[in-house]
Amino acid sequence: MSDSASTNSPLAYRVVIGLEVHVQLKTQTKLFCRCSTRFGQSPNTQVCPVCLGLPGALPVLNLHAIELAARAGEALHCELALFTKWDRKNYFYPDLPKGYQTSQFDLPICVGGYLDIPIRVPSDNAAEAATLSENMVKRIRLVRAHLEEDAGKSMHDERAGRADTRIDLNRAGTPLLEIVSEPDLSSAEEAKDYLSELRLIMVYLGISDGNMQEGSLRADANVNLHIERDGETIPTPIVEIKNLNSFRSVERAIEYEVERQYREFLRTGLAMGQSPKQTRGWDDVLGQTDLQREKEDAADYRYFPCPDLVPVQLTEQQRESAKSESQFTPDRYRNVLLHTHALKETDAEILIQQGRDVVEYFVELVRAGATPKRASAWMLQDVLRHLNDHHTSIDHYPIPAPKLAELLVAIEQGKVDTSQAKQALAKILDDPSIGVATAIELLGIVRVDVSETEVLCKELLAENPDVIDKVKAGNTKAVAALVGQAKKKNRNADPRVIQEICLKMIANM
Amino acid sequence: MGLSRAATFPYSLNMFDSRLSLQTLRESIANRSISCREIAEFFWARIEKHNAAINAIVAIDPEIAIESAKDIDRRLANGEALPALAGLPISIKDILCTRQGTTTCGSKMLAKYQSPFDAHLVIRLYDSGAIVMGKTNLDEFAMGGSTENSIFGPSRNPWDNSRTCGGSSGGSAAAVAAGLSPASIGTDTGGSIRQPASFCGVCGIKPTYGRVSRYGLIAYGSSLDVAGAFAHTVEDLALVLTSIAGHDPRDSTCLPDPVPNYAEEIRQAPKNLRIGVVREHLEDNGLDNELREALHASIETYKRLGASIVDISLPHSKYCIPTYYIIAPCEASSNLSRYDGAHYGFRAEPDPKTTSASPLESMYENTRSQGFGAEVRRRILLGTYALSAGYYDAYYLKALKVRRLIRKDYDAAFEKVDVLLGPTTPRPAFRLGEKINDPVQLYLEDLFTVGANLAGIPALSIPIGQTRSGLPLGMQLQAPPLRESTLLAAGHWYQQQTGYVPSIPPAFAAS
Repeated sequence: MSDSASTNSPLAYRVVIGLEVHVQLKTQTKLFCRCSTRFGQSPNTQVCPVCLGLPGALPVLNLHAIELAARAGEALHCELALFTKWDRKNYFYPDLPKGYQTSQFDLPICVGGYLDIPIRVPSDNAAEAATLSENMVKRIRLVRAHLEEDAGKSMHDERAGRADTRIDLNRAGTPLLEIVSEPDLSSAEEAKDYLSELRLIMVYLGISDGNMQEGSLRADANVNLHIERDGETIPTPIVEIKNLNSFRSVERAIEYEVERQYREFLRTGLAMGQSPKQTRGWDDVLGQTDLQREKEDAADYRYFPCPDLVPVQLTEQQRESAKSESQFTPDRYRNVLLHTHALKETDAEILIQQGRDVVEYFVELVRAGATPKRASAWMLQDVLRHLNDHHTSIDHYPIPAPKLAELLVAIEQGKVDTSQAKQALAKILDDPSIGVATAIELLGIVRVDVSETEVLCKELLAENPDVIDKVKAGNTKAVAALVGQAKKKNRNADPRVIQEICLKMIANM
Repeated sequence: MGLSRAATFPYSLNMFDSRLSLQTLRESIANRSISCREIAEFFWARIEKHNAAINAIVAIDPEIAIESAKDIDRRLANGEALPALAGLPISIKDILCTRQGTTTCGSKMLAKYQSPFDAHLVIRLYDSGAIVMGKTNLDEFAMGGSTENSIFGPSRNPWDNSRTCGGSSGGSAAAVAAGLSPASIGTDTGGSIRQPASFCGVCGIKPTYGRVSRYGLIAYGSSLDVAGAFAHTVEDLALVLTSIAGHDPRDSTCLPDPVPNYAEEIRQAPKNLRIGVVREHLEDNGLDNELREALHASIETYKRLGASIVDISLPHSKYCIPTYYIIAPCEASSNLSRYDGAHYGFRAEPDPKTTSASPLESMYENTRSQGFGAEVRRRILLGTYALSAGYYDAYYLKALKVRRLIRKDYDAAFEKVDVLLGPTTPRPAFRLGEKINDPVQLYLEDLFTVGANLAGIPALSIPIGQTRSGLPLGMQLQAPPLRESTLLAAGHWYQQQTGYVPSIPPAFAAS
């Protein structure tokens, strides 16, 4: 109903989307062998008999993957399985060296759960409204999350007409957590919001590096429409869109698919069950989805328990540590920024989106004495710009939080004004070895004493009677006009003190 | 060792040449009456002379073996304390990965395959000072009971070369029986060590599942596969098992329990041994009469030695064969998926005018239909079918449930007895080609052996005599999980008391 297509046509419809997200876990080594999971190495250099699927090789579980999956399960409010096992999903493909993928079929490590996303679309649909909680978030229910190993990569080399395929198995065996949502998402935008929040949680909790370019988060979307016609709700056949590797492609692919399915329905009138389930691939260049597979029934993967691995039973201690390590979610920090530090929502969200380290840096500034408002302003204007300009992260920012806090406190105490502080910051960034006091000294700032300032203020007021009138009329901000003039007379004058004294003098007039 | 013909024994036997036992070779090395090099050369000469008649050993590098033996001699000369198997030649079934030479599984699929690593147990053998001397023939991917399903052609029974040596570890059994190898490593998924041991008149042990690491054992039925050993005497088996058993962190199903020194443990004669005679096995209609007589004689021997004999029923034993022939093929169908021509091993070209969906699929189809033999294809098809949607519950899941009942039968039996006694096979060795076109008849050969694999318990086959026509007869002993000591002690006791160890068959007597 909210989509452009519906406004151009007589039929109203609702979009129904479920996402399957593959999250690459941030382990040093693969799920069942000790090969490195580092991205971007030369092809087939991070392989061993186990991940190559050589005859006689056997898998051994990387327990860290279990810990990370349990942590994700706790953060997503899932039920952690007491007993989880491994199953083989059998199919042939050249990037799958064993001819089966080790996965979890009927006893996944995480069951149920949910993820809240901000409300985008006010809904008049009762069922949908019921899933809305009071905090103006929409609750997206999860079906399950299970662990599995990644496949390798096929690279098609078609140079000079050769139909050559090369296989890189560096990625084969990398641990993935597949998180499956219920079809609770109702728009491309919601799907993007869901994916974005999911990614943020994974990054905050150290479960994944969340690097979309490197494929650390890949989504498949199941999309169909519930079309209203003649008082009936008709679901269109479900289409699975494969391998969406960016937020943008998730959004675009779903938008495209919604329109395509609507047109298709108008053309054929086929409802779910009347035409086979399709798998379509998203072509980012052409901006369209293409048919990959069409099957009357689901592929038969002949799942059965992997006889080479033993079932996993989470210990009480593992569950406890998963719980304690899953606390540091973006939402928890949002709460701190909005409620403890009273930041504006937009400012808070910018910090939140930068990641946990940036937020921690902010929190440390405040803890070291900076006011939240000033700390946030400096974070947004100076620190983040520097990180952005230098393509670096907060842990490589040359000024540790206590030091920047010292500078912000100097402003608070009137030792320097904002523009002087920015100059001092520039000096420190040039030479991070110098301290805040030295940087201020280097600016040649000499503290002006009060009696000197009072003389200056008398002069200023005498020269600007209009300011006195304005202030007396209630516009106290008019006094700010004097600051520039004061600076010209004495560049060391403290603007805050100037304003304070002038106001006091006017009040006594 | 006092191995002499038992006076009570009804069959005509030649003397066993105890120079061929590991224990005697070991003593000879220790007292310097023979060098390791001489031993290696002796067995190499025997292989050269006799292997062609039985096709037991399919690959060997004598130079490396002799070099390794000379190295042991040097260490010995330097006064080094040597490990348990120092200088002893041992052959290995060609389904265990060795860096040296090829590891073929008897299949066209892996005819040129070279493993980049040694199986865990091969490393253990090296660490024990053993001289790995030859890879032995087998049924392709260990699927079969006659060593006829091999790209190397069939192995033959040293007692009658028109007959099978059994399988799938037939090459190992034949090599030991013919005196080409004093001991050999085989694998047992449904009887593949015990059945050929019984057909060839040697001893063979299938340890508890997980007692020996499967790392480097190319998988057939992963939940059933276990490596074990062949030798002339139970005492020799104990020596080998002590070296190859034990925990391996690279095999998640390998048991962490400490390994006793089996060779030490069996010296003590078992006291108050309670032996269960499996009614279903001894009363089976298909059981050969001469074999039944020999088994009754063995029971009498144990009785005379003071063991108590208890009648035992394993009520679900009639379901062993169907259960096994669901579970093993299901696992095999998945385990053998990796042989698709894409990465290593045999690859066939796609058909130019393929009816398949793509050239890739055509390549897969051609590779797998040309690379695998008929029996392997049959089991892959069986397993694929049984795991398919709609059939899984009726076949695989049901088989798992029956497997649990079979285990419970054994648990109940072992509350009453220490070991179970029965035949290893229904009949002595059959003729080559006799069952090759009748797979079900061949599957029924596993009647008495698959139970131990399904239950994961250790089992031993030892020779108890020969038919009047001179074919070996074997007895199977089974024990509770991890009770290899009891099992071996019971077998050793029998061999000591009867003094019965078959000789080398006359045709192989010449050195």
